[in-house]
Amino acid sequence: MELDPLLISRIQFAFVVSFHIIFPAFTIGLASYIAVLEGLWFKTGNPVYLRLSKMWIKVFAVSFGMGVVSGIVMAFQFGTNWSELSYASANFLGPVLSYEVVTAFFLEATFLGVLLFGRSKLPQGAHLLAAIMMALGTLISSFWILSANSWMQTPDGIVVRDGIVHVTSWLQAIFNPSFPYRFAHMVVAAYLTTAFFVIGVSAWYLLRQRSEQYARVMFSMTLWLVALLAPLQVLIGDLHGLDTFEHQPAKIAAMEGHWDTQRGAPLILFAIPDSAAETNHLQIGIPRLASLILTHDLDGEVPGLREWAPEDRPPVGPVFWAFRVMVAIGFAMLGVAALGLWLRWKGRLFDTPWFQKLCLAMMPTPFIAVLGGWLTTEIGRQPWVIYGIMRTEDAISPSLTGGMALTSLLVFIVVYAIIFVAGGYYISLILAGGPDREELTEDERGGRAARPLSAVDSPFERQAGDAGRRGTTPRGS
Amino acid sequence: MEELNVDLALVWAVIIAFGVFMYVLMDGFDLGIGILFPFAPDDATRDVMMNTVAPVWDGNQTWLVLGGVGLLAAFPLVYSILLPALYLPILFMLIALIFRGVAFEFRFKSKQSKWLWDISFTGGSMLATFTQGIILGAFIQGFEVEGTRFVGGGFDWFTPFSVMTGFGLMAGYALIGCSWIILKTQDEVRDWAYRRAPLLLILVLAFIGLVSLWTPLMREAIASRWFSLPNLFFFAPVPLVTVGLAWLMARAIRLRQDGLPFLCSLGLFALCYTGLAISLWPNVIQPDISIWEASSSPGSQLFLLLGVLFVIPIILSYTIWAYWVFRGKVTRESVGYH
Ligand code: HDD
Ligand code: HEM
Ligand code: HEM
Repeated sequence: MELDPLLISRIQFAFVVSFHIIFPAFTIGLASYIAVLEGLWFKTGNPVYLRLSKMWIKVFAVSFGMGVVSGIVMAFQFGTNWSELSYASANFLGPVLSYEVVTAFFLEATFLGVLLFGRSKLPQGAHLLAAIMMALGTLISSFWILSANSWMQTPDGIVVRDGIVHVTSWLQAIFNPSFPYRFAHMVVAAYLTTAFFVIGVSAWYLLRQRSEQYARVMFSMTLWLVALLAPLQVLIGDLHGLDTFEHQPAKIAAMEGHWDTQRGAPLILFAIPDSAAETNHLQIGIPRLASLILTHDLDGEVPGLREWAPEDRPPVGPVFWAFRVMVAIGFAMLGVAALGLWLRWKGRLFDTPWFQKLCLAMMPTPFIAVLGGWLTTEIGRQPWVIYGIMRTEDAISPSLTGGMALTSLLVFIVVYAIIFVAGGYYISLILAGGPDREELTEDERGGRAARPLSAVDSPFERQAGDAGRRGTTPRGS
Repeated sequence: MEELNVDLALVWAVIIAFGVFMYVLMDGFDLGIGILFPFAPDDATRDVMMNTVAPVWDGNQTWLVLGGVGLLAAFPLVYSILLPALYLPILFMLIALIFRGVAFEFRFKSKQSKWLWDISFTGGSMLATFTQGIILGAFIQGFEVEGTRFVGGGFDWFTPFSVMTGFGLMAGYALIGCSWIILKTQDEVRDWAYRRAPLLLILVLAFIGLVSLWTPLMREAIASRWFSLPNLFFFAPVPLVTVGLAWLMARAIRLRQDGLPFLCSLGLFALCYTGLAISLWPNVIQPDISIWEASSSPGSQLFLLLGVLFVIPIILSYTIWAYWVFRGKVTRESVGYH
């Protein structure tokens, strides 16, 4: 069988970028969380926040390291596998990606060192500043990369001459039609990812009755955040979908699983789409709801996939299912957020084991939702790499052979598997150690005694000491 | 934009050359330390060595990313020819940088498996350097191009010359790494580095000599660039200063002047870089694509230039600040993590 470099490159890109996104999705939120913890420590002098921050900084360092090394792969993939795309789109993508490097990556990379190693060498304020810079860097980074991606989804502000993109308006190109929605949706997704991770870890501590004081602080903080963000995410997702409906209707048709253009289209809950027969099997749907959501009219017209020639349609199955997985998780998050509020109101937030188990089970779901969302976005864009301008099959490097592409794909799979397992293992070690294991210096333990608040802190510290003693008994007992 | 009298392509060539040079210097000593790692006498020495770069390596490596995307932005033709042509060396460079990079984080967290991350750090550093040297060699040799596309084979980069430059760069990074250790440590660790330095210096000089002979023989144009009059007089300072610097460095090593060897090794790299620029100018893809032919549209070059001129000084200032925070010698006692 002839190896097809195009197919292998697509699989490779999907694999490498899916691996990469796991880490930014987690570290974008974690950087902000650490900045908040450092800020609280600065403001209150309460060592609980400091120990928490110290623990999460370690987790952050491991995860960030994996994000960085997998990100560098991405920057070179554009050229090695997609040289025709790079060449054609360089006038826009080049400056945007370069701006990402000079405004975000340097900031993150430099202040990372300060954040990790600088605590004893700097005044507290300067260390806090490093934490804030890190958080800022991750957000700026998302801004540029999502602008680049959104432009490939909904290109604007350009003309194409001789197959080369030329920018006519930088503002229009950077703030292209799908960008605001995608940026908001992704940043909120990242915050939710971190929040559910922290919630899961604290639920685990609560269930095991260890590091309890710390677990309560984390659990309560992040459940407030989720109560705010989970509904917001559903709302933004809805707006995002409406925007896509306007600019990429074929993608929406695939997400909804609609073959025929119809008025009063149903919202399909379950179906097995069949591209060959151009129909769905075993379809279960709610009448008219899709029309209502997309057109705000029970009888609104929604185009189906038959409007496009078969070679202009995205693959339906993966888009349809990836979308459903994401939305289902979105509503599950909404449920957890509501339960959290209710238990808090009842005063049972910290001692309801079934809720803590539920929270533990939710830990992996945001990662799955992020991947589901991206698969929807990227596969739904097919067969275009720059929507309406360049087809994916024209984007591939002409000199690339199937053998080379397969070699690189296999190498990436093996290497990433090793890295992922090792990184996951070290993160689990840090978390199993717990925040009460973090060592404090004499100064830090006193919680900056000069401050009037320190009297209030001392009972805190005594408990922390107790918890610490418990934490040193055999792990996991 | 055309009415602007600035040669944007030239400005960008300078910026990218600066970015790549920053990378070579800064990640040069990180990678060099990885190359020297297995030769260190004991684990305590290795801990000290690693701690001299742990807070700064990530920032250093970012210059490589800037080089990559800067090329895409300013000279897309170079980017879209070089990267597919160097598919395999780039793949292995990336893999090597992955192992090198995670070793910084994982090594600190591990106990029994520490040796694994030592291997990952050393192997990653060596392979990354070797592939970068190969890429350099292949870049000097040139590529088979038709129109705007690379049309050669997947192994065109693999030649005796590129393998030689691969080893040459390993010697070079090891030298900067060694002089960095001299600068940043004391006592046994520094003594060890002082003992290794002379051999590395000799190796580096040998490779510089080899490249200087081989490149003019390889291409007529390079020979006539250097050896025709009056160029010979203009360019003569380059080799002369090189010899001078090497002498200064040897003397500093003998007299144990901690800071000087590092500066001299940076100087040697700068001179090699200048020499290369003289040989290849103004072509970015050898033998015959110039920076002007390879440029992106002037609007894009200008748009990015405005931002970069504003931001690079800021980057340089906080980078200097970070180095200042971690100034001074790293000792065995100060080895520790957050
Ligand atoms: C925690 C993660 C998460 C959660 C809970 C949701 N999403 Fe999402 N979604 C993403 C994470 C995400 C994402 C990974 O961040 C994507 C991929 C590209 C993007 O912009 O965001 C995405 C894409 C994405 C798209 C694709 C738009 C396009 O490609 O043009 C739509 C229509 C929605 N989402 C809609 C929703 C709705 C209606 C949700 C609520 C029920 C929802 N999302 C929950
Ligand atoms: C980070 C989360 C992302 C995920 C999980 C993801 C996933 C995918 C997948 C599954 C494909 C293959 C589609 C197919 O061929 O059927 C793909 C292709 C691609 N994506 Fe993404 N993507 C992500 C973000 C991005 C971003 C931010 C960019 C650009 C800045 C981008 C650019 C591309 C390109 C250039 C291709 C290759 C061409 C193509 O197949 O369309 N992706 N991605
Ligand atoms: C939605 C998609 C993406 C988001 C939100 C994102 C965000 C980030 C963030 C926040 C980081 C910092 C490291 C970390 O937090 O782990 C990072 C690293 C990186 N990303 Fe991505 N990224 C995305 C996709 C891509 C793509 C498609 C590319 C390729 C052009 C890319 C290139 C890089 C590079 C080169 C780094 C390393 C930076 C360094 O050296 O510090 N990213 N990304």
